[in-house]
Amino acid sequence: MDKNELTGAETLVYAKPRLVNDTEMHYCPGCSHGVVHHLVAEVIDELGWAEKTIGVSPVGCAVFAHKYVDIDWQQAAHGRAPAVATAIKRLNPDKMVFTYQGDGDLAAIGTAETIHAANRGENIAIIFINNAIYGMTGGQMAPTTLNQMVTTTCPEGRDPRIMGNPLKIVDMLALLDGVCLATRQSVHTAAAVKKTKRMIKLAFENAMANKGTSIVEVVSSCNAGWRMNPVDANNWMAENMLSVFPVGDLKNL
Amino acid sequence: MSEEISLMKGNEAIAHAAVRYGADGYFGYPITPQSEIIETLMELAPWKTTGMIVMQAESELAAINMVYGGAGCGKAVMTSSSSTGMSLKMEGISYIAAGELPCLLVNVMRGGPGLGTIQPSQSDYFQTVKGGGHGDYRLITLAPYSVQEMADFVALGFDLAFKYRTPSMILTDGVIGQMMEKVRLPEFKRRRSEEEIRKQCPWATLGRTPDRAPNFLTTLEMDSSLMEQRNIHLQAKYKEIQQNEVRYQEVLCDDADYLLVAFGSAARICLKTVDLARAEGLKVGLLRPITLWPFPSEILEKYASKVKGMLTVELNAGQMVEDVRLAVNGKMPVEHYGRLGGIVPTPDHVLEALKKLI
Repeated sequence: MDKNELTGAETLVYAKPRLVNDTEMHYCPGCSHGVVHHLVAEVIDELGWAEKTIGVSPVGCAVFAHKYVDIDWQQAAHGRAPAVATAIKRLNPDKMVFTYQGDGDLAAIGTAETIHAANRGENIAIIFINNAIYGMTGGQMAPTTLNQMVTTTCPEGRDPRIMGNPLKIVDMLALLDGVCLATRQSVHTAAAVKKTKRMIKLAFENAMANKGTSIVEVVSSCNAGWRMNPVDANNWMAENMLSVFPVGDLKNL
Repeated sequence: MSEEISLMKGNEAIAHAAVRYGADGYFGYPITPQSEIIETLMELAPWKTTGMIVMQAESELAAINMVYGGAGCGKAVMTSSSSTGMSLKMEGISYIAAGELPCLLVNVMRGGPGLGTIQPSQSDYFQTVKGGGHGDYRLITLAPYSVQEMADFVALGFDLAFKYRTPSMILTDGVIGQMMEKVRLPEFKRRRSEEEIRKQCPWATLGRTPDRAPNFLTTLEMDSSLMEQRNIHLQAKYKEIQQNEVRYQEVLCDDADYLLVAFGSAARICLKTVDLARAEGLKVGLLRPITLWPFPSEILEKYASKVKGMLTVELNAGQMVEDVRLAVNGKMPVEHYGRLGGIVPTPDHVLEALKKLI
């Protein structure tokens, strides 16, 4: 069986989303970001909203999101994406505005902006990649790092007595009246990817329909930061992270 | 009809002028002595008339990043704060300058350092004109000395910001912010439509259209040689601003033996000192920088060979005096008189200090 047979139309089950361009991604092989970028691009295209979508990228591994998905983007200062998105949406109420943030950006330095944007019920969608580590800076402890998990800034493992427990920020956000959707998903299996895509679509639809703030947390793997190969990282994630961060809807109005 | 004379505070004048300019958004956080700006805007409720958005943010950090987001869409957006709050905004201001985003910033200064005092001061001169935030950037800095100029500099600040795609700052203090004077408010201008913004600001992130590539706003460049190019571009723009936008006022400078150099509220005080000095037969003039950056170095250099001495008067420990000395370049003595921590000198205090110099 040669390459042509393998990539013929009859065997095609997946194509590169139209809005994802040919720029070589900087993400490590096995990283969840690539999958979620593709989902975001597919959903925007399926909704036909490429011309009215503005994305806000974070500081962290997704700082270069604008290079890969062909929509208008603003890259925000570390943690401030929800504030940036707030203004974009308030000033352009007919646009679909979303942020794309990691755990350090959203749940550490940007906690205040996240909570207050959600509490105001800003009509934005927040895509939250939770991989329990700072990937961009080389594997330091994140607010979502699991207890006993080893990182470069907790080399003996996270000790909750000194460093606190993994922050379940989406559980907190679900309590706020401004939030219409708070859901936790993952992308480690084909079924999970499909479910995550459905929730991203719902979040984007909510933002456009001015229903309030939608948060889609994606429990993700960072095989490079975790010092594992991609397969082991996926397995480790399923075995260890999902018990602390169980998938499912925390709120879906 | 809309051009009427009113009596109001400097802070209120800024709010009225912003609505009348056709500003799209204000994002702020309360802090004394400038809270009248957001309070007046909330009372004016321009979202019901012009469509301008007014938001009280959860912090100065959020407010300045809202300005970043709005400015990135090509909208005419602004924020205001006072010294300690302005320090919090500095990271965002650096991003805004790096992103080449037009916007209007207002700092109604109070005494520092630290939480300081709510009384007036001019001790954020360094922070504003020398940096404040990180990196090689500059802020167009306008220093009003009357309620009228508070109103007028809103339009001037926005216009310069859009002309050069760079943030403008109105640097004022609790004296000008809180005092009431007659003011002629500007005519109402219509807010720009999205179509007009897309035309004026083709870089704005308003959603890509089929006729253009996606717009993205970023201040990050991993390749140092490209980052250097970005910096060179910024510096070329700053040079152009320095060549075109210097503003100052000369009061009785022509025959002066001594010059007072002061901005904002200190200049207002010095205006009276000039009268007092002249009444005593002393030939004293006032040179008032209106733009603190770009700084009016050339005119000061010109007077350096004409007058016997200069006294800079500031509500700080001596900040602008450094730029005056640089401009004069040792040709003659330049002394400083200042009060600190919220104390405002009287014209007599200034005259006394001037006489010591003479």
